[in-house]
Amino acid sequence: MTQILTPTQSSGAIAEPQKTLWWEFFTFSVDHKIIGIQYLVTSFIFYLIGGVLASIVRAELATPDSDLIDPAFYNSVFTMHGTIMIFLWIVPAVTGGFGNYLVPLMIGARDMAFPRLNAIAFWLTIPAGLLLMSSFFFGPASSGWTAYPPLSILTNEHLGQAVWILSILLVGTSSILAGVNFLVTIWSMRMPGMDLFSMPLFCWAMMATSVLVILATPVLAGAMVLLGFDLLIGTNFFNPTGGGDPVVYQHLFWFYSHPAVYVMVLPVFGIISEVLPPHSRKPIFGYKAIAYSSMMICALGLFVWAHHMFTSGTPDWLRIFFMVATLLVAVPTGIKVFSWVATLWGGKLRLESPLLFAMGFISTFLIGGLSGVMLGSAPIDIHVHDTYFVVAHFHYVLFGGSVFGIYAGLYHWFPKMTGRMLNEFWGKVHFVLTFIGMHLTFGPMHILGLQGMPRRVAQYDPQFAPINVICTIGAFILAISTIPFIINAVYSWFKGDLAPANPWNALTMEWTTSSPPIPHNWIGNPVLISGPYDYGEEYKETIKEALKEAIATSHPAT
Amino acid sequence: MKKNNLISIIVIIGLIIAASIWYGRNNHLLPVAAGDEALLYDGLFNTILAIAFGFFLVVEGVLIYSIVKFRHRKGDDTDGPAIHENLKLEIAWTAIPTVIVMWVAIYSFDVYTAMQGTQDMSGMAHGGMHQTVAQAENKTGNKKSGMPIANATLASANSEGVLMAGTLPAGMGDVVNIDVSAMQFAWIFNYPNEIATAELHVPVGKKIRLNMTAVDVLHAFWVPQLRIKQDVIPGRSTYLEFTPRVVGEYPVVCAELCGAYHGGMRTTMVIDTPEDYSTWLKEQQEVASNDPEAIVASRSTSQMSEQEYLAGKLAQIGDDHHMMHMSH
Repeated sequence: MTQILTPTQSSGAIAEPQKTLWWEFFTFSVDHKIIGIQYLVTSFIFYLIGGVLASIVRAELATPDSDLIDPAFYNSVFTMHGTIMIFLWIVPAVTGGFGNYLVPLMIGARDMAFPRLNAIAFWLTIPAGLLLMSSFFFGPASSGWTAYPPLSILTNEHLGQAVWILSILLVGTSSILAGVNFLVTIWSMRMPGMDLFSMPLFCWAMMATSVLVILATPVLAGAMVLLGFDLLIGTNFFNPTGGGDPVVYQHLFWFYSHPAVYVMVLPVFGIISEVLPPHSRKPIFGYKAIAYSSMMICALGLFVWAHHMFTSGTPDWLRIFFMVATLLVAVPTGIKVFSWVATLWGGKLRLESPLLFAMGFISTFLIGGLSGVMLGSAPIDIHVHDTYFVVAHFHYVLFGGSVFGIYAGLYHWFPKMTGRMLNEFWGKVHFVLTFIGMHLTFGPMHILGLQGMPRRVAQYDPQFAPINVICTIGAFILAISTIPFIINAVYSWFKGDLAPANPWNALTMEWTTSSPPIPHNWIGNPVLISGPYDYGEEYKETIKEALKEAIATSHPAT
Repeated sequence: MKKNNLISIIVIIGLIIAASIWYGRNNHLLPVAAGDEALLYDGLFNTILAIAFGFFLVVEGVLIYSIVKFRHRKGDDTDGPAIHENLKLEIAWTAIPTVIVMWVAIYSFDVYTAMQGTQDMSGMAHGGMHQTVAQAENKTGNKKSGMPIANATLASANSEGVLMAGTLPAGMGDVVNIDVSAMQFAWIFNYPNEIATAELHVPVGKKIRLNMTAVDVLHAFWVPQLRIKQDVIPGRSTYLEFTPRVVGEYPVVCAELCGAYHGGMRTTMVIDTPEDYSTWLKEQQEVASNDPEAIVASRSTSQMSEQEYLAGKLAQIGDDHHMMHMSH
């Protein structure tokens, strides 16, 4: 199928590039779509590496004794697992990946506000990732992804810890650059006629995310620099032997790292708000409430960090303040969940992979949210802090939440990104395996934590062995579940059915151009036909015609 | 038709509430409650769990119902109804969770204050809630302090787990003070008269206060059956207070990553009857006066676990604060 490219409005577009060539994905490209895909593919590779590390952890925990790997190396393995999954998979995938690919397309822009800065942000994550990986040759950091001093200062893996700090500084810088870029892009590059309240909810989510990134990440950078000084040149910022205070580090660390959770999940909330309406054929329920709740989560999210420190010896009044703030986060999060459920209610649910993963997201994230409310209560937290209950909680949020949402987004936008459809049967297999594996792995961990199993241990009380075996089996199912996805994605990318411009009959702007879009996104100017979520019988006929016309005028005729 | 809908909604809500309450009372997720504080904890935990379970049933129920009822039928290419919002519904699902989480916050605060016992709350002196709770504590405390009733008896009378106005504060003389020292990868418990042990013994029914410091890195003292945990921090002292109520042996677990053998940093807490406790103390006293360096000599070396052996070794150098870095 050859495409004859005839720009309908060749107003000054003399030599507009019409096609993205494969090798451009390996260059310092400034095209937001290429950068988006670079982020997604790179981070997915790191997801697989992090997954291998997780499997090693679960294999070790299949028995109560420390008998598979050296206990010191075990600590390195879960440290690297956490670091990779957070900083090299979820954060870059949801902000750098989906954010870059979608934000300009959704607001009718040709690119991000600062394309070169965007490319620099991506190319910072490559050395960061390689550095972190290189530490496997000389002993990786082993003090947990939290790197609490004095353990991280007194560590045997001196070099590994230093490299760890350096790569966190690099990905942090990358994050800040991307955050600035998104904020400016969303604020000033919306197409004529699109005000804040008619832009897609994903853009609202990215705006809230970027504010968090810009306000919180520099504090982490500060903490990392000071920790590095303590580690390398013997200062005593956090080292109690020299009069330093390890609890100060915890404040600085969590001032970033709690908001980081929202950085990892707010864009995914946005993805869900985009995926549900076209696949359930109904408008999003409560647009303004969802938009405002993103901003509320952003604001509240900056004042809850010390709930990670309820057992750290913080003053009581502080614990009370952070308990109330934390519990309040449940309100805007609840608004989102209820609004999504109401969106589904009465729709015509097309139960294909994107919607299955989106509904899977709601059902599992809900559990993580509810256990989050339990943890928000200071006395409850004191018992389960640093136990497998917490491990269960944040995997329900970050796996059941973020990863399910990422998959929903991948199935939804794969046709747009590659111009090919994914295989639906293998998509369903992937969903079923992921869903079962997820609950089998992380569900029983709630019980482990409540019963008395601490986290980050290589050996544990034999009474917990049966439940740990279940978790390990679940983890292996999860590992296997990625195989159908990888094969499906790689095969479909090259040989899948060709995707039309708008396979889901969706209404957001990215579906008004070809699949994949041309380098400058639209031939001629994009046309705003309807609100992003004007689904439903009443609107259908009028919009359908206008949409067809818009697609015809703004992408190459076939 | 409309009336039928209303009735079925009421019936469903009733069933969900009943199921939630049942689950809150019968979840068996927590281990035995061996301290007075644990009873308060369990009451709070079961209440919040019941609320969470209710929300869980509602949302998952709607999701499953939607999959069945609203799934796309073959040949139907129409859209759903164009419903954009419903202000009343949205106000309801904003207001109801707000009220619930604020209630949870107040309840948690109450339990927190009660569990903390005599912990210094001066920073919250203006909080009305705190003052009332504290006053109630004082009143009961004054009234009962002269009465020879063991705290454990009072506490078990309240085994429903209903919120009570704190455990009875024992007179200062009644508090058993134990100094705890944490190090990679062992706990040392120091009793008065130079007694140092690797196993924690406490008498049932008395208020226990652990004064804790760490030698090297962060640790955390946790007894799951007491539902309390506190980080142990080098360079500062932290403390925990609790009142044991069920005689038995319980694990002491380090809950803060402290190095390669963090998982092995475990020991036992024994809640003794007052008689057993004084016998045990006497034994330890003799051991200590015979050999001041002995830590676990109450058992023969062959019975000692690697853990205890390590603890004994470490204790000899434990006071030496230059030993900041144990390498393995």
